[in-house]
Amino acid sequence: MEHYLSLAVRAVFVENILLAFFLGMCSFLAVSRKIETAIGLGAAVIFVLTLTTPLNWVLHEYLLKKGALAWAGLPGADMSFLNFILFIATIAATVQLVEMVLDRYSPKLYTALGIFLPLIAVNCAILGSSLFMVERDYNLAETVVFGSGSGVGWALAIIAMAAIRTKIRYSNVPAGLRGLGITMLITGLMALAFQCFAGIQL
Amino acid sequence: MKPLRNILDRMHPLFKKGGRYEKFYALYEAGDTFLYTPGEVTPGPSHVRDGIDLKRMMTLVVVALIPCVLMAFYNTGYQANLAIASSDAINVFSSWRGSIYTGLGFSYDPTSFVGNVVHGMLYFLPVYIVTMTVGGMCEAVFSMVRGHEINEGFLVSGLLFPLTLPPTIPLWQVGIGIAFGVVIGKEVFGGTGKNFLNPALTARAFLYFAYPAQISGNFVWTAADGFSGATPLGALAAAPVAEGMKAITDVSFLQAFLGQMQGSMGETSTLACLIGAVILIATGVGSWQIMVACVLGALGMAGVFSVFGSDTNPMFAMPPLWHLVVGGFAFGAVFMATDPVSAAQTAVGKWIYGVLIGIMTVLIRVINPAYPEGIMLAILFGNVMAPLIDYYVVQANIKRRLARNAA
Repeated sequence: MEHYLSLAVRAVFVENILLAFFLGMCSFLAVSRKIETAIGLGAAVIFVLTLTTPLNWVLHEYLLKKGALAWAGLPGADMSFLNFILFIATIAATVQLVEMVLDRYSPKLYTALGIFLPLIAVNCAILGSSLFMVERDYNLAETVVFGSGSGVGWALAIIAMAAIRTKIRYSNVPAGLRGLGITMLITGLMALAFQCFAGIQL
Repeated sequence: MKPLRNILDRMHPLFKKGGRYEKFYALYEAGDTFLYTPGEVTPGPSHVRDGIDLKRMMTLVVVALIPCVLMAFYNTGYQANLAIASSDAINVFSSWRGSIYTGLGFSYDPTSFVGNVVHGMLYFLPVYIVTMTVGGMCEAVFSMVRGHEINEGFLVSGLLFPLTLPPTIPLWQVGIGIAFGVVIGKEVFGGTGKNFLNPALTARAFLYFAYPAQISGNFVWTAADGFSGATPLGALAAAPVAEGMKAITDVSFLQAFLGQMQGSMGETSTLACLIGAVILIATGVGSWQIMVACVLGALGMAGVFSVFGSDTNPMFAMPPLWHLVVGGFAFGAVFMATDPVSAAQTAVGKWIYGVLIGIMTVLIRVINPAYPEGIMLAILFGNVMAPLIDYYVVQANIKRRLARNAA
């Protein structure tokens, strides 16, 4: 139990997927203007990450990994070169599925998330955490914790960013830096503050 | 004083819009308002105008910082003299300062109060002068180009920053640090009141990550060459677990409270910070809620740690009260966390923000072996989270009032 708790803390704070690895920057920069939408996108990312990372783990464990096809009588096969394409296919399919289910059963949430749901399919944080999962040899339970933890970390970062951008909306930023420029700078400064977690050993 | 006023008034048209030196209006305005109360009156229908403006507020913070500055003079010199007097192998840290010091007829004697103060001044003042010159120039250039006033906020940032530095910091790093803090921490957002991080802390954090060798470790805290002296936090973190608090041998609780220990120049004395806190609270400039919340958060977290204890981590053994007097906790909680621009704005938010900083400080000190001290990063983290805290406090308030009216 303690092991999973420390893994979750690592995924959320110490190795925050956005502020330590700078993954998922595009939607982070684009959709952090309003707090409400940031919360919606954050929730969607948590949801999709919690779903796709374990799914990809199953794919990798029983299909793609070297020796994974032993159950089919092919112990020497190494299909890991298909990692990227299959992972992204899973992610896109899951996002599509989630979208249809939401549309059918919870139209309110569906309209609230709007365009951000399909956008998640191309969010590097999602693919990134699947690849980290492979690289770090997590088991299934660890993968679930890591996937949801990364999602929570990403959501925390984008919501905090949206709050900061709301706070500084009356700031007099030089013309050339307005919009993306100042957002990049804020991201850097936020990462500086998040350095307080770097080095924590649990 | 009349002739001076006349000179300023005669110069005024030159700096006005369309005047010959309109680009330098910010400089003229800064000089004028520094010397005289601004003459502007409310145009149109009248409303009550309080005498306290940003300038007065910032000046009060500077006044509240004076005890810390005096302690910085004394303790920096005292530590240096003590180290140099202790052994022949230990020399003065910077030769030109040493020449001035002995040239003035002082000797390295830790019992001489005046000697300690003068020796400390020789370390603090150059750092302060570099900060004011470089930072002031950045500030002036930005005000001239962007057409805003030179703000007194810089007087505070420019005094806070040197106080958080170790005495042995190279002067060029001081310049780079304050330039980063003023430009990236404040001016790119449009100046005082428009930033979201504390500029002085941004500057220090930048130096901390860019040049860790000159701002952390055991060699930087005392202005004596070849002297290794750890801060109490550093000493405890490096000690074997069984030894516990006995690792802090050379500093008693009273010394830590008064500030006779290793550390950044202005942060060592909890007493000086308390005097500053009284001034800030009495004048209403600093928020007492944030200060109290910081202390409560730190005490609570430290209490939890000392109850649990640990077999592997010596930092668990530090009693909660010690956490308040060592390191920069008091200085940060009184002067940095209460920065009205970067702190939380709502009443409930201030409590949450303060407790968060207190908890994070102790958390970093105890369970993060990468940093012996945590107040700087804890406050920066608090600054990042403050807008979000405010947002939720406001939302909760809206919800509560809606519910009340619906009933």
